[in-house]
Amino acid sequence: MAYSAEKLNEEKVFKDPVHRYIHVRDRVIWDLIGTKEFQRLRRIKQLGTTYLTFHGAEHSRFNHSLGVYEIVRRISDDVFLGRPEWNEEDRMLTLCAALLHDLGHGPFSHSFEKVFDLDHEHFTRAIILGNTEVNKVLTRVNADFPQQVADVIAKTSKNKLVVSLISSQIDADRMDYLQRDAYFTGVSYGHFDMERILRVMRPREDQVVIKQSGMHAVEDYIMSRYQMYWQVYFHPVTRSAEVILTKILHRTKDLHEQKYRFKYDPIHFYSLFNGEITLEDYIKLDEAIILYYFQMWQEEEDQILKDLCCRFMDRNLYKYVEFDPAKEYKKLAELSALFKKAGIDPEYYLVVDSSSDLPYDFYRPGEEEERLPIHLLLKNGDIRELSRESEIVDAISGKRRTDHKLYYPADFIADNRKKPTIKKQIRTLLEID
Amino acid sequence: MLKDHAKLMHAIAVSEEIVGRKKLQKMIYIAKNIAFPFQERFQFHFYGPYSEELTLRVEELCNMGFLNELKEKKGGYYQYRYTLTETGKEFLDINAVDMPSLQDCLLDMNSQNARFLELVSTVLYFSDLSKEEVKEKVFTLKSKQRYTDEEVEQAYQYIESLREKAGLH
Repeated sequence: MAYSAEKLNEEKVFKDPVHRYIHVRDRVIWDLIGTKEFQRLRRIKQLGTTYLTFHGAEHSRFNHSLGVYEIVRRISDDVFLGRPEWNEEDRMLTLCAALLHDLGHGPFSHSFEKVFDLDHEHFTRAIILGNTEVNKVLTRVNADFPQQVADVIAKTSKNKLVVSLISSQIDADRMDYLQRDAYFTGVSYGHFDMERILRVMRPREDQVVIKQSGMHAVEDYIMSRYQMYWQVYFHPVTRSAEVILTKILHRTKDLHEQKYRFKYDPIHFYSLFNGEITLEDYIKLDEAIILYYFQMWQEEEDQILKDLCCRFMDRNLYKYVEFDPAKEYKKLAELSALFKKAGIDPEYYLVVDSSSDLPYDFYRPGEEEERLPIHLLLKNGDIRELSRESEIVDAISGKRRTDHKLYYPADFIADNRKKPTIKKQIRTLLEID
Repeated sequence: MLKDHAKLMHAIAVSEEIVGRKKLQKMIYIAKNIAFPFQERFQFHFYGPYSEELTLRVEELCNMGFLNELKEKKGGYYQYRYTLTETGKEFLDINAVDMPSLQDCLLDMNSQNARFLELVSTVLYFSDLSKEEVKEKVFTLKSKQRYTDEEVEQAYQYIESLREKAGLH
């Protein structure tokens, strides 16, 4: 029997708080889950620093990857099975792409990618195509299979239907993370009727479409997403932790460039500093390693690195004020000068952070946009873009919400033992006195 | 402080104006891929490499009043013209960006059409593949654009000329 068709003697199940059970019958999937590169995802939190705001948010990318796989498995085995537009031969490709779509995420990806100019998608491809256990499993399916999986995840596959299941404005990835993140953070947003959405999904040549009768479930999904972004993902306290984390990495990089002698040598960071990180080095990085360094660097001679690490580990985060860059950029320059006078380096202690989200956007032929919209399948067989049918979605389509905050260490500013006059001026400018 | 915003404003300022969202996307992607430290991350979309972060930043800059976005009807569709506002120029004076040779590259790209830049950016996106594999990707993923062998060759030559302009040779 071909490896791709091989089934386990007994179905394996993973107990899951979101989908109740994750079902595995395929040998290929079971073997992929067992690889060291996939197991590494257990040591990478799905929501990075969010656990400092919502203490339950300790779930990992491992949980989420299994969840995305389970959703796609249900679509493929229950909803699409037997439909003429669905090619059964794409089943294994879809399942593998779903399971492996986040494989290249590193620890605290957002900050790491920004500071060291990395791209987790590059590492996802590298793990799938490189000399890895994952590659060995995929190659057993056939020699081209790793490339096919990598192409689906990178959205460069010609199989648009499979791509849209993993990555579009209504895909298995989003459906899992919204519910999972809601569950683990404990918030009451993020819930929607996924069962209903799955039942009304239909395959078409280029993408998944939704039967018109499921429109209200999709509206609910879009509103859930909107609320999760603003209530959880862009929470200002989480952003404060993210700001400090990013600044720790910046400081470490700067110190390395200045030939600073670390008391605790950051050996795991050397290839990152030199911009020559290998796949082998990258796979070794996980959150435990990074937090070990943060713990040890609390004893460094460098006062900035030491302070930032203490702040992160003890959750002594920066405070924030609302900031309007258009009106206040001159004030920002003034504040920066005052921080310098007060002996507080603004490069590390005065940070503007912006968050922005577009709840739903549409693309119509002839326009310059690049987002694939959600399409409804009408009763007469016609296809129509969602916002043309739904007043609720139309009301929020293309409407971006942006939020800027200015972060600063309130304890430093409040400490009047040194430069009290300047600090008073800072507090006045920040309007916190 | 708002360094990534400033870099993007600098790019538009040295290009004088950029017409078309697609063109703006491709110019920044090509510049980033060749040599210049833009932070926005790109993924492959309908028209080749595309950055949601870049779209977002442009919208933010428009909302801040630093960029002027003019929507114009062209044939059967709308296109967008981007220039720096006076406030944007003032902001850039305070937050100067040092990217020598960026202007030469961007002015050159700005004189090309968006269709060609789409091809150039796609070739760059697949730059770890062999030329034959890149051609196969271009002809498969961009079948509607009907690029020819000759155009792909031109794209490769153009990338080399940009690298020279950027001082990489």
